[in-house]
Formats: sequence, C-alpha cells, structure tokens
Amino acid sequence: MARIIGGITTSHIPAIGNAITRNQMEDPYWKPFFDAYPPVQNWLEEAKPDVAIVIYNDHGLNFFLDKMPTFAIGAAPQYLNDDEGWGLQPLPPFQGDPELSWHIINSLVDDEFDICSCQEMLVDHGFTVPMSLMFPDQAKRSAIRTIPVAVNLIQHPLPSPARCYKLGQAIGRAVASYEKDTKVVVFGTGGLSHQLDGQRAGFINKDFDLMCMEKIVSDPEALARYSIHDLVRLAGAQGAELILWLVMRGAMSERVKKLHSNYHIPISNTGAGLLLLENAA
Amino acid sequence: MASAAKPDPIPGTVIFDGDMAVKGYALNKMCYSFNRAENRKAFLEDEDAYCAKFGLSEEQTAAVKARDTLALIAAGGNIYFLAKFVGLFGMNMQDIGAQQTGMTVEDFKAKLLAARG
Repeated sequence: MARIIGGITTSHIPAIGNAITRNQMEDPYWKPFFDAYPPVQNWLEEAKPDVAIVIYNDHGLNFFLDKMPTFAIGAAPQYLNDDEGWGLQPLPPFQGDPELSWHIINSLVDDEFDICSCQEMLVDHGFTVPMSLMFPDQAKRSAIRTIPVAVNLIQHPLPSPARCYKLGQAIGRAVASYEKDTKVVVFGTGGLSHQLDGQRAGFINKDFDLMCMEKIVSDPEALARYSIHDLVRLAGAQGAELILWLVMRGAMSERVKKLHSNYHIPISNTGAGLLLLENAA
Repeated sequence: MASAAKPDPIPGTVIFDGDMAVKGYALNKMCYSFNRAENRKAFLEDEDAYCAKFGLSEEQTAAVKARDTLALIAAGGNIYFLAKFVGLFGMNMQDIGAQQTGMTVEDFKAKLLAARG
C-alpha cells in the first residue's frame, strides 16, 4: 500500500534558485536561510520517498489567463522546466508517475474534486525551487518521481483555504487507497507573508507568519477558517499562498509531529518558512 | 461585468479579479509572450509595433512606455506577468517594490529587514 511518510513546507522564491545557480549559499544574506535545510535533506535521504507530490502555483509559465484551472494535476511521464522570461536558469526534466497520477485523478473526481488533468505540463520556479532545496544533488532530484499539483493563485476567485484543506484530505485518501507499495512525501510550497504589487509592496507580517507556522501543525482548521481576502489583508497579496500549505497539511493525518522548523525574514520580499512534519502514531 | 459584491478594499492593493483580468488581457498576453527569447528581442527592437500587435489600449501602451508598475497594474497588469516585462530591463521584484513605494532600492531592502522586528 502507498503511504504518506512526511509533509514539508518551504518558500519557493525565484531568488533562491538564482542564489543556488550562483553558489551564494554561504553569503551572509543567504546563509541563515540555506543552513536550515540540511536536516530536511538528511531526513529525505534516510526516508527515501519514491514520490513527491508538489503543491505549488504556476506564475505564468504553463498557464495563461486564456484557460486558468483552479486545481490542475500532472499526469505526465516527465515534466519540463523552461524559460520564465526573467533569467532563472531552467533545470533538467523531472520524472513523473503517470500511474499514481491517474489513480489520484480518478479518486479526486470520485470524491467530487473536478480537477484538470495535464499530460503535458511545464513546471515553473514554484515547483523547481523546492525540488532544488530538498534535493541539492541533481542525480537524486531526477531520480524521485513527482506529481505536480498546481493551484490557481493568479486570478481571483482563488479557492478558499477550507477548500484547499479538503483537497489535501482527498489527496491523502487517494494515496492511502493506492495498492502499490509507495512512499510519498508532500511538499506545500510558497509563502509566507509577502506582497509584490501595489503601494503596499514589501508588506511582511511576522506575527501572522509565526502563528501560521504553529497552527499549521497543531490546528490547521483554524487557518482553514480564514477567507482569501483575510489572507491578502493579513499576509499580503501573494501571502495567500498559505493555501498551498493547507493542501499539504490536509493530506497528512489529523495529528502530526514537527521534526524541524525555521522562519527567516527576508528572502527577497518574503517571510520564508520551513517545516518538516511526520504523521503522529 | 456581472461580478459578485467586492470585499472591502485593502489599501495599496489591487485584487486581480475577473474585472482586472478582462481589462488587462492584452497587456498580460504580451507579457506572457516574454517567456520566449525571440519575443523579448522583438519587443526591444520595436516596442511600439510589438504593443500594437497585441492590441494594447492607449493607457496600457503609455504605462509600458513609462515603465510605470503602478500604472501597469491599474491598466490590468498582473504582477507575475509584469515580472516578465520588468525583467526585460534587468529589474527584479525589489527594484519594482522600491519603484511602487517611492523608495530607493536600499531603503526598500531596509524596510524588509526591519520586518524582523
């Protein structure tokens, strides 16, 4: 049987990808951020997941406003990264797991989540930066099978936090009903508070972020009660990415154990949060 | 546009909803094209022709010419697509953060650091 062995949250800011490409991990600006990752990398090394389900948002690489699915799931044997226009170096392809993808797609639609399935899907920095952070070694990064799950965070209406939490629960049920012996890890990417656009650009809310870091572990339903508009007000226009963390958390069991966490301000314009969770017995 | 009732505005924040997505469609479509190097080159070679090809409104074309992020947002630009536009001029999110808040880039970075409390 397949099982979810862990849940991880991480920011997915493009500047992180550039810092890795330029080998700036030891720079004073970057060191406190990158130094938080080895415990998670070591856990992955030990736990050896077969599949990573990566919850992220596309920032205008694969999807444009002509067709904007609320929830889209990859069902491809391979996922390509590509030029996003502003200079992040594309990474080599990532491996897919079409069989598990289709199992999840069937299970989700049966569970009344009418998602968009994608047999071709370019993955952008929202997917690739977390993969680089979790698997710094290219060989390991291309060995693990992946399933990208893209959530619309470009064009309102965005799916509510409660809906995203329930999507996670449905993904959890889907994985649990897959018959092949498969170890799955779920990445909830993005966040925490940040706003890129408008006169309010540069907004960061440390108190709210720290509260989210705690509640996502102990009481995710409290976070699921916020509206999208609450999140935009409290965490900034792009801080609504917290819904991606809620998908991850929904896929985990009701009680989880926190193995590692870090919070760092600022990475680019963002409060950056890292968490490693295991299902509690 | 038959939109649902809009929630209370958040100061300094434009919610990119259906109305804005309709208003900004041509502008965002042009910016989306900048994912490809040949399109970036074509824009830089003849900006007016490139804007005309995508059918930008006068307001949008003026905002493009001015490299004015707030005006681009008011004209329906979405920040993720605008990122591809400002990238043409070597500007990143901190540069346009400074531009939108009327600060120097150094002051904008200091403001972000100050969020540590």
